[in-house]
Amino acid sequence: MAFTRKPQTYSSSINEVTIGTGDKAVTIGGSNVMPLYSFDAPLKNKVAIGAEITDSGVDRTLPGIASYYEGAETIAEIAKRAAEMPGADFVALALNGADPNGDNRPVEECVEIAKQVSDAIDVPLVITGSRNVEKDTALFSSIAEALQGKNVLLVSAKEENYKTVAASAIMAYGNKISAESAVDINLAKQLNVLLSQMGINPESYVMNVGTAAAGYGYDYVASTLDRVKDAALAQNDAMLQMPIITPVSQETWTVKESIVSEEDFPDWGSRESRGVDMEVCTAAAVIAGGADAVILRHPQSIEAISNMVADLM
Amino acid sequence: MALKGLDIFKLTPKKNCKECGNPTCMAFAMKVAQGAVSIEACPYMSADAIATLSEATAPPMKTLKVGTGAAEHSIGGETVLHRHEKTFVSENLFAVSVCAGCIDSKLPEIEKVDYERIGERMYVEALNLEFTDKDSYVQLVEKASGKGRLLILDVKDAEAAEAALEKCAADKPILNGATPDNYAQFTEIAKKYGVVLGIGAPDIDALHDTVAAVEGLGYKDLVLDVTAATLKDTFANAVQVRRAALKDGDRTFGYPSIVNVKKLAEGDPHRQTALASLFVLKYGSIIVMEDMTYSQALPLYGLRQNIFTDPQKPMKVAPGIYPLNGADENSVCATTVDFALTYFVVSGELERSGVPVNLLISDAGGYSVLTAWAAGKFSAGSITKFIKENEIEDKIKNRTLIIPGKAAVLKGELQERLPEWNILVAPNEATNLVKFMKEL
Repeated sequence: MAFTRKPQTYSSSINEVTIGTGDKAVTIGGSNVMPLYSFDAPLKNKVAIGAEITDSGVDRTLPGIASYYEGAETIAEIAKRAAEMPGADFVALALNGADPNGDNRPVEECVEIAKQVSDAIDVPLVITGSRNVEKDTALFSSIAEALQGKNVLLVSAKEENYKTVAASAIMAYGNKISAESAVDINLAKQLNVLLSQMGINPESYVMNVGTAAAGYGYDYVASTLDRVKDAALAQNDAMLQMPIITPVSQETWTVKESIVSEEDFPDWGSRESRGVDMEVCTAAAVIAGGADAVILRHPQSIEAISNMVADLM
Repeated sequence: MALKGLDIFKLTPKKNCKECGNPTCMAFAMKVAQGAVSIEACPYMSADAIATLSEATAPPMKTLKVGTGAAEHSIGGETVLHRHEKTFVSENLFAVSVCAGCIDSKLPEIEKVDYERIGERMYVEALNLEFTDKDSYVQLVEKASGKGRLLILDVKDAEAAEAALEKCAADKPILNGATPDNYAQFTEIAKKYGVVLGIGAPDIDALHDTVAAVEGLGYKDLVLDVTAATLKDTFANAVQVRRAALKDGDRTFGYPSIVNVKKLAEGDPHRQTALASLFVLKYGSIIVMEDMTYSQALPLYGLRQNIFTDPQKPMKVAPGIYPLNGADENSVCATTVDFALTYFVVSGELERSGVPVNLLISDAGGYSVLTAWAAGKFSAGSITKFIKENEIEDKIKNRTLIIPGKAAVLKGELQERLPEWNILVAPNEATNLVKFMKEL
C-alpha cells in the first residue's frame, strides 16, 4: 500500500520582514509550514545567515578567521570582506566594546563605526548591542538616526527599553528592531503585544527568543522554538508570527568547549575546530527549530550552515 | 487509535472479581486506557477481546532492543513529536562508519572519545560496517565484534550478510540491507538469525511498500533507513516517517530510523556536525557519521542530552567539591545549586576567570538558585549541613565562601552558622563573575 501523504500546511504564516535596501535586501519569514518542511509546501524565503564582525574587528587568534580577513585592517575593509563571505546574506556588527562593564566605548564612537560599516557594504546590516539596557537604549537611538533609511536591524529591544528603541528606530527613522526575550514563550508574546499596542507594524520587527549553546540548557531553547512555531502556525497567534533571528555566535564562542586551549585539553584537539563544531551544531539546531536568520562568526561555520540551508530549500 | 476507558470496559467480563488487583472492572479499564496496566492482567478476557485491544493499544512506534550486554540499547518507542508534549524516551545512538580498509586506523580514534557528562557516558555506541567484498567483510565483522558497541551490518549482499551473521548473530546486530528487490531473502535471513532488519528504498513510497511487504511476511523487528540521495529528501523522509506514525496513525512507519550523514556529506566533518544536529532534533534514531572527533562529540552529545532529557525532571550534577583552575586546599570556595544548567554556566565563568576556586555543589533538588531558595532546598541550613557532612573544613583551609548574588539574603544567617568563614556575595549574573573573581 503506497504511502499516504498528509501535508501539514496552515492558513496562517510567519510574517515577512525585509532588511537592507536595493538588490541585496533580504526578506525572511513568510512560510506557512513547520520549519524547513518543504515537502508540505514550498518554503517562502531561505534562512538568512549573517557574518559577525565586532567594533574591534575580528578574532585573529583563530587561523581560519585570520586568513580570511588577512589584509583587511580598517573596520570598513573588514566589513567589506565579511559582506563578500560565501554563504553570508548580511553583515552583523556586534558592538561588544560598548559594554559599560567592558571597554565602555562611547556612543559617538560606536555610531561612527556603524556608519563606516554601513557605507562599506551593500548587503543588509544587523547591529547587536552591548547587552546593557541603558547603554543600548542610547546607542540604538543614535545609530537609528545616523543610519536613517538604511533599513538596518537593531538587535535587540527588551522589555525595559522597547518603547524608546521602537519609537526612535522604527517610527522616527524607518529601521527595524528585534524584540528580545529570554527563552520563554510568554515573555516573547508579551513584548510583541506591547510593541503592537504602540502601533508598530508587524513587518517592522522580528523576535530574538534567546538561545543557548548545545549542551547548555538547549532543551529550553528547543521547546520554546517548538511552542512558538506551533502557536504561530497551528493556533494562528498573530502575536507570535514574527520571524526569529538568533545570534548564535555570541553564545557558542564563550562556552568552555570553544575557549580552552589545546595545551590544557590535548585530547580535545584544535580549539578552532571545536569552536566551529559548537557554532555549527547550535546553528543547525536553532534552524531546525525555526530560526529565520542566524548570526555566525567563523567562515567555515557559515559555509557548512549555508550549504545545509540551500540543500533544504 | 487509542481506546477510551469505556470502550475497554465493554470488553471486560464486568464481574468485579478483583483478581487483576483492581477494585472494579471499570477501574481496571481506566488503567488499561492510560497504559498503566496490560490487558492480559485480566484472566477472564476473551482471546478476541485481547486481540482487539492489543491492536488498539499498541504503541504507535515500536521499541526495539538491539545489541547485547553493555552494548544493548533501546531505540524507538516515541509517542510525541515534540519533547514539550510529554518527553522523548529513547536517545538517538551515534554510529561511526568503518570499512575493512579503515577499521584498524579508525577504531583507536573512536575509542578515544569516551567521557562522562552529567552522569552519562558519552561514546560512540555503534559501528556501521560498510560492505566492500565478502571475504574482507567477515574479517571486518570479526574485528568490530566484542568492542562493546552495537554492530550495524550495512550490506545488501545476502551471502555476505549470512557469513557475517554466522560470526556475530549473538551480538544482536542490526542487519541493514533489505531493499524493494531483496527484501524476501533478507527477511528470511533476519528471521533465521533473530536480528533486527533495516529496510531502505529509493523513495518514501517504495519504503512504505517494502515495509508493508516485510510485515506481510510476518517480521516486525524493523528499522527504516531513511537516507536518500539528497539532504532534502532524507530530511523529508525522516520527518514524514515519524509524523505518519505518531500523528497520522500509520503503523507501517511505526519503527525507529537510521540516517547516514556520512553519505550526505562525505569528507566534510563540520557539515556532518550540522546534519547530525538536524537529525538529533528531527527524528533520527541512529545517526551514522564518518568519524566522531572530540570536536564533534562535545556539542552533539551535549545537544542530545538536552533534547532527550525529561522536561519534568531537571538535570542534576552530583553534589561534591569541584576544584577548578587547579584549586587546592588554600583556594577560596564558592557554592551554588546542583541544577545542571546553573552548574555549567557558573563553572564555565569561574574557569574563564582563571582564579583557582573550589566549587561546592550541594543537593538543591535540581532547581535554579531562586527556585531552590524559595523551596527551602538552598538555604543557610542546607549549605552549612553540606559543609559539615562533607568535612569541608578539614579538607579546605581557606575560609572564604562565595554565595550566589541571587541568594544574597542568606549571607547574615550563614555568617552566624559559619562564624569562622568570610561570606562574600557574588554578582547577580554569572557573566560578571570573571571580573568579580579577578578583583577578589
